[in-house]
Amino acid sequence: MDGLTQKITAAIHNQLQPTVTVLSSLLAVEEAIGYIPKEAVEQVAGLTGNTINDVWAVASFYPNFRFLPPCEHQLELCWGPSCHLLGAMQVIAAALDQLGVEGEGDTADGKLSLRYNTCLGACAQAPVISADHHLMGRQSPDKVRAIVTTLLSSPGPHSQDVH
Amino acid sequence: MNFADLVAEADRRWKSLTDGETPWIRVGAALCGKAAGCDAVLAALESSLQRHGVAARISEVGCLGPCFAEPLVDVQLPGGSRVIYRNVTPESAEAIVAAHVVQGTPVPGLALGYLGESSIGGIPPLVEHPMKARETRIALRNAGNIDPGDIYQYIANGGYQALNQSLTTMTAAEMLAQVNASGLRGRGGAAFATGTKWNFLAGSREPVKYVLCNCEEGDPGAFNDKGILESDPHTVVEGIILAGYATGASNGYIFIRHGHDGPVDRARNAVRQAYELGLLGQNILGSDYSFDLEVALTGDSYVSGEETALMESIEGKRSMPRYRPPFPAQVGLFGQPTNINNVKTLAYVPEIVARGGAWFSSIGHGRSTGTAILCLSGPLNYTGMVEVPMGLNLSEVLYEVAGGVRDGKNLKLVQTGGPLGGVLGVDNIDLALDFEVFRDAGAILGSGGIIAADEDTCIVDLTRALIAFCQYESCGKCFPCRMGMSHLLEVLERICRLEGECGDLELMRSVGLNMQAGSLCGHGQLGFNPVSSAIKYFGPEFDAHILERRCPTGTCLGAKFSPKLTRR
Repeated sequence: MDGLTQKITAAIHNQLQPTVTVLSSLLAVEEAIGYIPKEAVEQVAGLTGNTINDVWAVASFYPNFRFLPPCEHQLELCWGPSCHLLGAMQVIAAALDQLGVEGEGDTADGKLSLRYNTCLGACAQAPVISADHHLMGRQSPDKVRAIVTTLLSSPGPHSQDVH
Repeated sequence: MNFADLVAEADRRWKSLTDGETPWIRVGAALCGKAAGCDAVLAALESSLQRHGVAARISEVGCLGPCFAEPLVDVQLPGGSRVIYRNVTPESAEAIVAAHVVQGTPVPGLALGYLGESSIGGIPPLVEHPMKARETRIALRNAGNIDPGDIYQYIANGGYQALNQSLTTMTAAEMLAQVNASGLRGRGGAAFATGTKWNFLAGSREPVKYVLCNCEEGDPGAFNDKGILESDPHTVVEGIILAGYATGASNGYIFIRHGHDGPVDRARNAVRQAYELGLLGQNILGSDYSFDLEVALTGDSYVSGEETALMESIEGKRSMPRYRPPFPAQVGLFGQPTNINNVKTLAYVPEIVARGGAWFSSIGHGRSTGTAILCLSGPLNYTGMVEVPMGLNLSEVLYEVAGGVRDGKNLKLVQTGGPLGGVLGVDNIDLALDFEVFRDAGAILGSGGIIAADEDTCIVDLTRALIAFCQYESCGKCFPCRMGMSHLLEVLERICRLEGECGDLELMRSVGLNMQAGSLCGHGQLGFNPVSSAIKYFGPEFDAHILERRCPTGTCLGAKFSPKLTRR
């Protein structure tokens, strides 16, 4: 078995909770390797006794699943109402401008993946962003520009396995 | 270990924390603390203590409530009162260690208040802070006070007493009677009587029955479910076991979205500890009652929080609502009878059992007994999480508890009960916190999220943002919701661009009525609320956009950036 296969097998077989389902297995794979490769879909189908179609149906429903290897860094920008009222749109515009991209997605060099989020759960600190899964509140256009610059110039949690 | 031994051990450990040899430093490390930068403060505290060669115990605690003042650092010298320091930075953390921990001299200039019996010169009592003065803490009684990672701290503060009392002195029916007497109603949004719901499940004789705790809190502006789960997970676990005992359920799940690491880790850890001490599993505390509990995660999906979609998600499928009937109490999770309660609802249960249903129903307003757990966000002076008695006036909440709007601006509107709850204009906030009063005013008290907006807010732009959320989060099962949300968004975007047409408000109304009539769950049924309430209170502002081609606040014009939101 190659490394990826092993990681997928370990992730879906070492789930902590007693109830193992298609969704719980997909979440475990994503937690372990940051995306859902075709092979994971096949393994999850085999383990849970479902068809590949059934597994794809679940994987394609939840927007947190991605199907390409992760970028080095993940940046999530919240646009929920609390953040919106305190300037999330300006924060998002600044981040897009600093990255030179037009919207959600991966940068061409695979360095950073940008996602919008509908609520990061720290509304009292709005506007909130999450950089490599670290919450950061009270953002401003200047702060988020500095954060993007720092991310782009440093190795990230997924720097080993970039596509 | 029997329960009395557990309590004795917990008391011994608690005494060594508060009256031991070393100071105890509690740092607010819930989602709000994390977002405010508590990790850097924790590191600074540790290195500073080391440099001074002073021993102190540092604990990461949950949310004390005043999130606006995060990161909060709470220093308690042995046997003394607690001093809560506000907006702590790595630099001020060093100063606090040098003065308060090393020298024993508190720093009034950095403090928000003190908590405890002995007063501290120059520092006001925290209970007199506007955000704390109106509070009655039941579900939040331990939040910010105990280490949520330590089951013994929960037990030392009265935890699992209600469970022990129920298992040893009460029948399931007697316990259920207390919940019925309390008048407790669901805090997830629908405000259905909890005891009645439990009666349905208790009446079923199936051997496998489920109790589900819903922490899929997708409402932007609401963070109290996650706040309770990560601040005091054991009060939720105890509430679930008690719900299981009252209804004769065999299994339970705590349901929460993946990726919220704090609440997820706290919940998993709490379940593991409860098993280790015999509070979960076979023959709980030596009784003949057995109950199993686990944590189930879901993906990003707002509709997962709807009770039938939630069950689909636990079963590992797309979280789309089911047809009803059959209702969950008859055919629920994995086809078995199931009861679903919100985190907040369950968090009240231990205190209701310990202190009696009559005590709980003596607090509150009319049929809305107990407290409201509110999340205050938007441009308010004091943002955060508070627990106040039902019946308190919404305008008092906004102008006193939350300290009014920042920068001396005027309040324009509030948005309550999540995106589907609609908005209330500033002239209509003289409302008691009460499910019926809110309903009659055309709003929803719901899960307790209260988002304020100031005079600079354009109502059309805010409505567009709310509908953008609803459109993004429609699961797609019912086409009136799926297509209707997209249609509403298209029209609102047009109005924002000052390209609206004369019939647009009427067009949105007809789309909204179809969504209401043709959708399976609240997402589509209530999805027109943000638009209808906005038109009700701010009709002239819509007219200005459509008829006069101008935005009165000047904040929704094309110059303002609007992201393109995508969903696969």
